[in-house]
Amino acid sequence: MLTTLLQNIINALQWGSFYSMIALGYCLVYGVLRLINFAHGDIFMVAAYIGFVFVGFLLKFISGSGMSGWLVLAITLPVTMFFTSLLGVFIERVAYRPLREKGAHRLYVVITALMVGLVLENGNLAIFGASSRKFPEIIDKVVYTFGGLHITNLKILVIVAAVVTFIFLQTVVNRSKIGMAMRAISYDKFGIPLMGIPVNKVVVFTFIIGSSLAAIAGILFGMSYPVLDPYMGMIIGWKAFIAAVVGGIGDIKGAFLGGFMLGFIEILIVSFFSSNLKDLIAFSILLIILVIKPTGFFGVAKSTKI
Amino acid sequence: MKNKFTFLVIIVLVFAMVPLFANGDKENVIKIGFNIPMTGDIPKVGEASKFSAEMMKEDINSAGGLEIGGEKYMLEFIYQDNESKAESAVAVALKLIEQNKVIGIIGPNSSKQAIPGGEVADDNRTPMVSPWSTNPATTLDRPYVFRVAFLDPFQGPVAANFATQQFSAKTAAVMYNLDNDYSKGLAEYFTASFEKLHGKGSVVKYESFGQKDQDFSVQLTKIIAAKPDFVFLPIYYNKVALVLPQASDLGWEGSVLGSDSWGSAELVTLAGDSVKGHYFITHYAAAGAKGSTKVFIDRYNAAYGYIPDDVGALTWDALGVMIEGLRGMKEITGDIAADRTALRDSIKNIKSFAGVTGTMKFDKEGDPIKEAVVVKVSDSGEFVFEKAVAP
Repeated sequence: MLTTLLQNIINALQWGSFYSMIALGYCLVYGVLRLINFAHGDIFMVAAYIGFVFVGFLLKFISGSGMSGWLVLAITLPVTMFFTSLLGVFIERVAYRPLREKGAHRLYVVITALMVGLVLENGNLAIFGASSRKFPEIIDKVVYTFGGLHITNLKILVIVAAVVTFIFLQTVVNRSKIGMAMRAISYDKFGIPLMGIPVNKVVVFTFIIGSSLAAIAGILFGMSYPVLDPYMGMIIGWKAFIAAVVGGIGDIKGAFLGGFMLGFIEILIVSFFSSNLKDLIAFSILLIILVIKPTGFFGVAKSTKI
Repeated sequence: MKNKFTFLVIIVLVFAMVPLFANGDKENVIKIGFNIPMTGDIPKVGEASKFSAEMMKEDINSAGGLEIGGEKYMLEFIYQDNESKAESAVAVALKLIEQNKVIGIIGPNSSKQAIPGGEVADDNRTPMVSPWSTNPATTLDRPYVFRVAFLDPFQGPVAANFATQQFSAKTAAVMYNLDNDYSKGLAEYFTASFEKLHGKGSVVKYESFGQKDQDFSVQLTKIIAAKPDFVFLPIYYNKVALVLPQASDLGWEGSVLGSDSWGSAELVTLAGDSVKGHYFITHYAAAGAKGSTKVFIDRYNAAYGYIPDDVGALTWDALGVMIEGLRGMKEITGDIAADRTALRDSIKNIKSFAGVTGTMKFDKEGDPIKEAVVVKVSDSGEFVFEKAVAP
């Protein structure tokens, strides 16, 4: 019983890490622009495909050279982050910025974000076809066994990655100059340009970081759950968004903990109750939390929210 | 103003004339519709159906068409994508029946779409043959709906008996896809027949997951902790590719038995080594096939570059049944409603049909009486024949 519980805690940590990493991306863009970037789940999906294409290419190129899997991963990650950032910045440039500059209501930008998500899904469908793709195995999987507990090196990597990205983000936002600019825009986006802060540059930077996070999550997700399809980002993106809201959207700590909380709730429900009722119970709990505390755990009440 | 009006009148006239020309063109053509998943979760299934159908069409049309009542008719196939969704399957069925005016429909393939799709076909008195659907509800009380696959109430006991003999199993665990009629139904039939053999409580864990879930670690942790003799997985091949590696990561080394939904050409591509050595129940075994089955497999492989999976073979048979039905008709009157009913009667009168997935007869529900086979995924990724189980 105890081993089962501990095993489930490990499962929840790994699953929650994915929610966390995606929720961080939502939170970052929301924090700066007050924009719910509904396309984030699909950027995550595109990142997984970029990784898939690049790894496939790389493995063909180096086949037989005995290059270590970890080195392949170390090359793939930055490359994928780079291309995903390009995509994120491109989306911001063509879909969000024009609306912002025309002073459109935030609601329209959110609808635009939903449409961008659909464009990404169907664009992917057009390029790769509807068949599921198998993400290649990059690193050799090792299963460690302690007593009755099983944990793979990949699971450890995922959990570590979630914690590291959280600490990195927390540091950037709270301790760096650009982080200060991001917080400032979030605080007052009309007054800030008057202080000589280049708003558009800061927004682009925000999208670079947000998309890079999606890229890390996408690669690790592809390695952990190696079946890719164009709709893989949709549900997990929504759920991560809910996690971010419950944690208190706009607060990095809230998104991080909210992601883990959702992971734990889902997994513990299945382990103690029936798996048939997983989403029903999980989202009822989250609903109750939001009803009691509408700003989420760490959120601060804002006069205008969508 | 006047010019605009004239323009409109011309446009209307042009459009009004289109059907005249169309009719003139297609006098000796028989249209068959395909309600298949070309995108969505299981696009390989739709692809296999389409490939098989194209082969059949080529065969018949190159021989000058199909002879019905002394006259030759060319076949025209209309492929429509149901996106592997129930609501799209309904829309596609309606479109094929009302807009395309097909004489009969092949598909949908999975029960999730075939059950609602069959209802539409039956309500509109259009013959439908589902290649792959195994849930009883697809054809139940629907005189216009047929199928060529065996049924889940038959597959459930086959799974229970096979596991009892092959794995000497006394306990079992089941994991199924909650929002899929096929998976849920088969899980229930299996549990009922396994508990009949080994007593109540012999299915020690009964777990489910949602269509879009990717992480099954808790369900698997529970199953592994209960130490069953084997796990029955009536789930689709794309989920198999996620479940099996996760199970071995969590320490599962025992036996696994799958259902006919594993039998896709993509299973080994997606699941890789994790699926090798496991068994599943299916409609036909490609490795070691003989006679007309082998001819079909070789032709398909030559044309498309891979061994046809069971959907490909079943679509071939479903079309075969429909064409056999067409051949048995006295004439094509041109009155689509009358022709559809005549086709239905003709299919019902087929005594015995020798298809590539076995010889079958139809019972009064329009379900075939035929054998199931169990195959093992070999180390080279082939589906090797293990055992045939008669009803």
